[in-house]
Amino acid sequence: MNAPAYNFAYLDEQTKRMIRRAILKAIAIPGYQVPFASREMPMPYGWGTGGVQVTAAILGPQDVLKVIDQGSDDTTNAISIRKFFAKTAGVATTTATDQATVIQTRHRIPETSLHASQVLVYQVPIPEPLRFLEPRETDTRRMHALAEYGLMHVKLYEDIARFGHIATAYAYPVKVNARYVMDPSPTPKFDNPKMDNCPALQLFGAGREKRIYAIPPYTQVVSLDFEDHPFEPYRFNAPCALCGAENSYLDEIVTDDKGGRMFVCSDTDYCEGRQAAGHHGSLSAAPYKEKAGSHG
Amino acid sequence: MADLDSLENDQPLLVSESLSKSYGRIAACRDVSFSLYPGEVLAIVGESGSGKSTLLQMLSGQLAPSAGQVSYRMRDGVTRDLTSLGEAERRFLFRTDWGFVHQDPAQGLRMAVSAGANVGERLMAVGWNHYGRIRDTASDWLTRVEIDIARIDDAPRTYSGGMRQRLQIARNLVTEPRLVFMDEPTGGLDVSVQARLLDLVRSLVAELHLAVIIVTHDLAVARLLSHRVMVMKGGRVIETGLTDQVLDDPREPYTQLLVSSILPP
Repeated sequence: MNAPAYNFAYLDEQTKRMIRRAILKAIAIPGYQVPFASREMPMPYGWGTGGVQVTAAILGPQDVLKVIDQGSDDTTNAISIRKFFAKTAGVATTTATDQATVIQTRHRIPETSLHASQVLVYQVPIPEPLRFLEPRETDTRRMHALAEYGLMHVKLYEDIARFGHIATAYAYPVKVNARYVMDPSPTPKFDNPKMDNCPALQLFGAGREKRIYAIPPYTQVVSLDFEDHPFEPYRFNAPCALCGAENSYLDEIVTDDKGGRMFVCSDTDYCEGRQAAGHHGSLSAAPYKEKAGSHG
Repeated sequence: MADLDSLENDQPLLVSESLSKSYGRIAACRDVSFSLYPGEVLAIVGESGSGKSTLLQMLSGQLAPSAGQVSYRMRDGVTRDLTSLGEAERRFLFRTDWGFVHQDPAQGLRMAVSAGANVGERLMAVGWNHYGRIRDTASDWLTRVEIDIARIDDAPRTYSGGMRQRLQIARNLVTEPRLVFMDEPTGGLDVSVQARLLDLVRSLVAELHLAVIIVTHDLAVARLLSHRVMVMKGGRVIETGLTDQVLDDPREPYTQLLVSSILPP
């Protein structure tokens, strides 16, 4: 039996052309949500069907693909999408951020700075930043068209009134190119500054909601805030327990049922790279302890 | 300066010219013309189905008239036809120089966000970007409409009917509009709450020199608030004049019927 013959990168060429047209339009109007005829993909909604379609449409045979899920290269979602493209497109895959040409991501932007020949593809569950404030799509579209974004500040106002500070920690709204307010997908607000003036092209795909939007390279991206309550990226106040990094975004891992916990880099590639370069944290594996022991 | 002010007041703020609206063969509103001057309160009275709400919607630019036009003197002094305004301009006008108080506060308020944010929304929409100042202005307005400051962070769904209506008024007045539309603002409130609300509206109108177009079926409201009254029946204005003149000496049989249907005090 032969394996079923797929077109390169699973989608047929007509579908890819349709998606590419949407992508081109999205790049031309930074931050604007372009509707597209999202296809059924061989995975459930919520697993990155939008991101996968965008990746499939832009992937070429020479590309090197990296897939991360919450910063990690080795979770189920990341592995299965990477395998999917290795099988249907035969492209090379990597976990190293600086070697990848296309990076599909769920909920994180890599710690390593991106460069101009890279494309970052985000998986987006809910593309509309105004959705939970205004349930009507006709109204939100009109608000975008007329740049009526007072409502977005109502949400931030509510945060401060209730919690004393802007408590929105992820999917923190941004204004792109001084025009469209955009939801950066559920990335932590720690990552928001990385989107500003980024050399890489950033594409956002929402499969269930059938929307594609984009931030072209070197575009201004500003997080919304108040003059007296400025935007502040949030991070746990601790170094990474494995690599000692002081400026990376951390995951909190519960280690026992007695309140034990450790903080480690959410970006696994970054953390491994630092460990390989000799950095280590308080809970690093044995070789480093021996090293520490030999000194003492 | 005083001369300039009086000159300003001499020109109508809003002019309605033979405004009509028909749905197929049914004429909801026929040939309504009037001028409204700054600081003037005009009551539109009539029974259900007389076309008063349709008229209000056309005057406030929410409904396109079948014939006729509405012109408005903008803040820069230029009088413009409402239909010539782009949607962006119209919506901007609606949330700055105009107010609209709905009968049902749920239509005019965001029921799930706090009172402070409800009042502050218009300010944020015109670019206010300082939390402290927005909040101060919001608390100031809550005081002016007699809402306890301690409830500034409560959502209006926890408010009583009368409080909701007062919050709606604060939300509309925060940008210091020159014209406010009110659609049965006292409907559904009990009599003592109505009286307090009317009292509040009357003092705010005088204090802020507001022009108001108020639609009501309650002649007592018209008598208490308005300078002029327009009586509508079957989509037409059948009688118009100063409030006490119309209510004390009604000319049309229908107006006489309306007036006689209220119990004498």
